Amino acid sequence: MKKYTYTEKKDTRSGFGDGLLEAGKRNPDVVALCADLVASLKMQDFINAFPERFVQVGIAEANMIGIAAGMTIGGKIPFTGTFANFSTGRVYDQIRQSVAYSDKNVKICASHAGLTLGEDGATHQILEDIGLMKMLPGMTVINTCDYNQTKAATIAIAEYEGPVYLRFGRPVLPVFTDADQKFEIGKAWMVNEGADVSIFATGHLVWEAIQAGEKLAEEGIDVEIINIHTIKPLDAEAVLKSVAKTGCVVTAEEHNRLGGLGDSIAQLLSTTNPTPQEYVAVDDSFGESGTPAQLMTKYGLDADHIIKAVKKVIARKKA
Amino acid sequence: MKHDIAYLEQVASQVRRDVVRMVHGCQSGHPGGSLGCTDFLVALYFEAMNRKEGFEMDGKGEDLFFLSNGHISPVFYSVLAHSGYFDKSELATFRKLNTRLQGHPTTHEHLPGIRIASGSLGQGMSVAIGAALTKKLNGDNSIVYTLHGDGELQEGQIWEAAMFAPHNKVDNLICTVDYNGQQIDGPTSQVLSLGDLKAKFVAFGWTVLEGEGNDMAQVLDVLAQAKALTGKGSPIMILLKTGMGHGVDYMMGSHKWHGAAPNDAQLELALAQLEETLGDY
Repeated sequence: MKKYTYTEKKDTRSGFGDGLLEAGKRNPDVVALCADLVASLKMQDFINAFPERFVQVGIAEANMIGIAAGMTIGGKIPFTGTFANFSTGRVYDQIRQSVAYSDKNVKICASHAGLTLGEDGATHQILEDIGLMKMLPGMTVINTCDYNQTKAATIAIAEYEGPVYLRFGRPVLPVFTDADQKFEIGKAWMVNEGADVSIFATGHLVWEAIQAGEKLAEEGIDVEIINIHTIKPLDAEAVLKSVAKTGCVVTAEEHNRLGGLGDSIAQLLSTTNPTPQEYVAVDDSFGESGTPAQLMTKYGLDADHIIKAVKKVIARKKA
Repeated sequence: MKHDIAYLEQVASQVRRDVVRMVHGCQSGHPGGSLGCTDFLVALYFEAMNRKEGFEMDGKGEDLFFLSNGHISPVFYSVLAHSGYFDKSELATFRKLNTRLQGHPTTHEHLPGIRIASGSLGQGMSVAIGAALTKKLNGDNSIVYTLHGDGELQEGQIWEAAMFAPHNKVDNLICTVDYNGQQIDGPTSQVLSLGDLKAKFVAFGWTVLEGEGNDMAQVLDVLAQAKALTGKGSPIMILLKTGMGHGVDYMMGSHKWHGAAPNDAQLELALAQLEETLGDY
């Protein structure tokens, strides 16, 4: 098992904020919009640097999405910022008609996704957003795993033409990917090569998968861990190549088991190479208040649950 | 004036013929609002707007128009065709399989003249504000126009946008409400009263104009007034009194023709009231 270490912990949303500032420096057409959550989305540095290129829309997310769509007409590249729940479910029709169907170059950037939002509870903890967004034709869906990857992804989507949903979160977590990495949309990242099982992980579950992999290595189980940061378009080649080697799959995501990464992998495999698969995901429920760590344990999204899923799926493969 | 009023009225008559024939041709679509807004859209495209030749999505250096009440697509398509964005023969494909003239306007089929999809109501004002902000950032002094149904104002997003535009001094924006008092289920006064629309928009910080929407001279006049008020710190709202179905006697003033197509006999009755001025498609 390849060793991953870290020297600091940071939140992925800070990666977004720093990436947005960098994207703004690189391209004068990058503009940002926020619905009264500037501090939460870490957008203040961008605002300080480019005050005329920032739009405060107030608590009016539908209007924000529409304004962003309109701003593309004339060449701007709008980044919208609010919580994931208010970035997707609340404004689904606005995204569907004014952004996706209209093929507008809007970057919908969503913080506080999933259970790790914590104490605010289920009203704010959206676990359905990946599914909602990946069903929209033409929408690119990205869920990043640490500060560095989020920063790199933010810079990358500014250079990509087309609508993007970028999902990140609130908690402070280890920074274990390379600083100054080049983020390739739609290209899976090989975290660890292995032979016994393929773990496809996204977002905050990537670090949990690494923790699980280290413990499983001590038991002689050789896991392959692949980070699917881009859920759509899915890197089918990377998935199929890995599964051809390992013959079984665990998917891990901070999302409802319905409609997320696991379903994307299952659909691909069921139509090409049917393979035993176990889901590490929320079992079709809402979240609740609690600390992020408590919630990840209670809802089965930590390293221990990945370990159980790996053992179960390997047993199924052998059976 | 680019054209005299008599010519614009001739265009409007032809557009109304197109609307009725298009809706009849596919036996679906929305003739009522289309006929009511014909004079406005003809005045806008043939007189008020500064448009460039050809079509580019970015629309830099020219005025833009967003149709927020996308269901009145027949009149929009006819006016776009007569304005030179595509050949009027394509109007015959309205709502038919593989057409660029979808039931509601879309950019998805790359029809020249269309910059946003609309149909799900309430979104166009936000989009127009965005385009207006980009024009300001680009140092482009052009104007952004919209059209909304009055029933559409029941959508909450409209009021989010209505609050935003004055606060942010979006003064290169001229919105118009097709104030016909009708919606699918009946008069707006019965379905969900709009109240004192003028007072509401004034209270939100808009400069509000009122006009008669089925009198070409008055439409031109109110648009000219609106243009003169741009650049003065507040967005402009035109409350345009129209009659649903205007120009076809049996359709006039009734919500029943919001989304119903005429049969063969009704088509003939309608066409007898609308002079063919520029040649049918």
